[in-house]
Amino acid sequence: MVLMAPLNRLLLAAPLLLALVLGGCASEDGGNGVQSEKLNTIRSRGKLLCGVDGKLPGFSFVESDGRYSGLDVDICKAVAAAVVDDPGKIEYRNLNSSERFAALASGEIDLLSRNTTETLSRDSAGGNGLSFAPTTFFDGQGVMVPVASGVKSLKDLAGKPICVESGTTTELNLADRMREIKAAYTPLKFQTGDQTYTAYLGGRCVAVTSDRSQLAAKRTSFPDPKAHELLPEVLSKEPLTPATVNADPAWADAVRWTIFSLFQAEELGITKANIAAKLAEAKAKPNLADLRRFLGVEGDFGKQLGLPPDFVVKAVSAVGNYGEIFERNVGATSKLKLERGLNRQWSEGGLIYSPPFR
Amino acid sequence: MTLSLPQRLKRELAATPLDGAVSAVLIVAITAAAIGFLGWAFGRAQWLVIQANGTLLAVGRYPVEQQWRLWLLVGLLAAATGLGWGLLRGRRWPFNDRLASVLLVALGLWAPAALGLSLPLQVRWWAITALLLGLRWAFGRWGAAGLARLHPRVRRLLPLGFPLLYLIGLWLIAGGLGLGSVAPSEWGGLLLTLLMASLAMLLSFPLGVLLALGRRSELPLLRWGSVLYIEFIRGAPLITLLFLGQNILGFLLPGGLAPDRVWRAAAVLTLFCAAYLAEAVRSGLAAVPRGQVEAARSLGLSVPQTLGAVVLPQALRTALPTMVGQFISLLQDTTLLSLIGLLDLLGMARSVMANPAYLGKNAEVYLTLAVLFWCCCAALGLGSRALERRLDTTRPA
Repeated sequence: MVLMAPLNRLLLAAPLLLALVLGGCASEDGGNGVQSEKLNTIRSRGKLLCGVDGKLPGFSFVESDGRYSGLDVDICKAVAAAVVDDPGKIEYRNLNSSERFAALASGEIDLLSRNTTETLSRDSAGGNGLSFAPTTFFDGQGVMVPVASGVKSLKDLAGKPICVESGTTTELNLADRMREIKAAYTPLKFQTGDQTYTAYLGGRCVAVTSDRSQLAAKRTSFPDPKAHELLPEVLSKEPLTPATVNADPAWADAVRWTIFSLFQAEELGITKANIAAKLAEAKAKPNLADLRRFLGVEGDFGKQLGLPPDFVVKAVSAVGNYGEIFERNVGATSKLKLERGLNRQWSEGGLIYSPPFR
Repeated sequence: MTLSLPQRLKRELAATPLDGAVSAVLIVAITAAAIGFLGWAFGRAQWLVIQANGTLLAVGRYPVEQQWRLWLLVGLLAAATGLGWGLLRGRRWPFNDRLASVLLVALGLWAPAALGLSLPLQVRWWAITALLLGLRWAFGRWGAAGLARLHPRVRRLLPLGFPLLYLIGLWLIAGGLGLGSVAPSEWGGLLLTLLMASLAMLLSFPLGVLLALGRRSELPLLRWGSVLYIEFIRGAPLITLLFLGQNILGFLLPGGLAPDRVWRAAAVLTLFCAAYLAEAVRSGLAAVPRGQVEAARSLGLSVPQTLGAVVLPQALRTALPTMVGQFISLLQDTTLLSLIGLLDLLGMARSVMANPAYLGKNAEVYLTLAVLFWCCCAALGLGSRALERRLDTTRPA
């Protein structure tokens, strides 16, 4: 037909065009001491591409004024502050669990900060090939029961119905643990989270199980949140950890140590409010060598990472130290009211531990 | 014979004792459900979540200082609507028009107040409503006379105003050419939903027609290419194709070169919709009697002329209801964009519901979405039925 002639020409031209586009792309090299293509890309782009969940209470969601907020989001902000000197220069990508690794591998995002559990197969080169940063939230599977039920531990649930989402690791973990303590129970399986909690609230089961942070978040939406409590047992380890791709170790290190600096700041008692004072103090007193190195007044930690010398100051000024991030988003001052638990500093019996800044 | 109201009620609700019983049960059930619903909606429901997040649901994370552009766009659309409506109806104000006007005025007065908008925004809302109805009235009164006075050549160019308006709309939304640009990742809510749906509808229509023609073509390569394309697309769920579009392109093109995720999603929606439209158009083509083509050819019309003047107008008219059905389902399919992480109406709503300040307000948010979607789909349905009536050659106009 008549229309076909131009169409044919277009079809012929398409591969040519593609080849041109592909050929035109050569990587640039910054004049930085550290060779990292990713760092250079982010700097020349002027903003960080951060993958988040986007609909997880306390971790990442959109505030009424359109700003992203949450614990995972604050990690993005800290890294953006350290790398491009502005916690606002971030483009967020909402990712679901099935596409998050592909998005990272294909370079759609620079940093994945999306409640991702660190596991062997996700870390290994033969698996997803991710490079995990320090864990920013130690979660674990928990069990919630009505206070009135009198259930105080997993053992008390023997012979009782438990609501669980089907097809999740949650379901398998529950089965494993109940078999371990030789307690028979009746699993009531549901397709979605909403159905599960509706059944629980409707009294169809005595307990409901999911990640502890999820249970706490859901509980805030119950008609009477105080009537429900979490059992002390933790059924599984869920270290929720930001990740980058394996291929760029320098970039992975920059992310790692930016997050460590948030841990270290809490340990040293440096907060968003007092960082300016601490910096002035460090500048004034040459004998505070540790503090001076940490805040970049002396030494070249920043340069070694390919970051500005004062990247710690920038990160902490943007979002505060780890403790502040935790409290603001998921801790006692937030609606989620989660205990610090495992997420306390190592000096207080938790797992938050920064290697020395030396 | 006309019946009085009690007589009619008796005949329609309780002609026999069994009918009466069924009616009674149904009336009680419906009343109970309605009371329950209204009690919830006006008593227990907390609409603060909608008030506080109204802007997010409407336009997503579109920068506040640039939102005047969207108001301007809404104003332009209202003006175009008023203009077309006025020209269509002339001086007549049939019952439907009066009802629609009353509803519009009520919406213009109620919605901004209910959403708790600031006074300047309320005034904008009123102005847009007034503009729409004012132009409807003015063009109904003088529009036809004004048109007649225009040069015929100018008059023929007038329909081009609509594609032009669409391009202006895209420009206002995306920026560039003198306006500050707003990246697609900042579009969201109803804006993104409508933009995606309308873009896919507009682009998939010509593509679908071409595919339908290709499938009936006598050139084997063209025919088999079209068949393969249509069957491949129809054989894969939309969500799979959306994931493919999001993930594959990133690997094929090095970082930064792949078009934005929003455009990729729009392309997938378009390609998807085109395959279904092609089948709708093909059914329309099949319904055109063979004699029509032969008559046109024997009158000396060329193949394109035959297609353009004889076959396609009849085929598209036949296929119109199916195509509109396809468009309506396309509009609803845009909610799948939330699964690939775009902040369309549903995606935005899910992010809003994750705000700890509004946890557990799912019912309020979902109900609002349902109403919004219903309005959009109802508008599409109304428009298509009006179009069908105008195109119906079997009825006197």
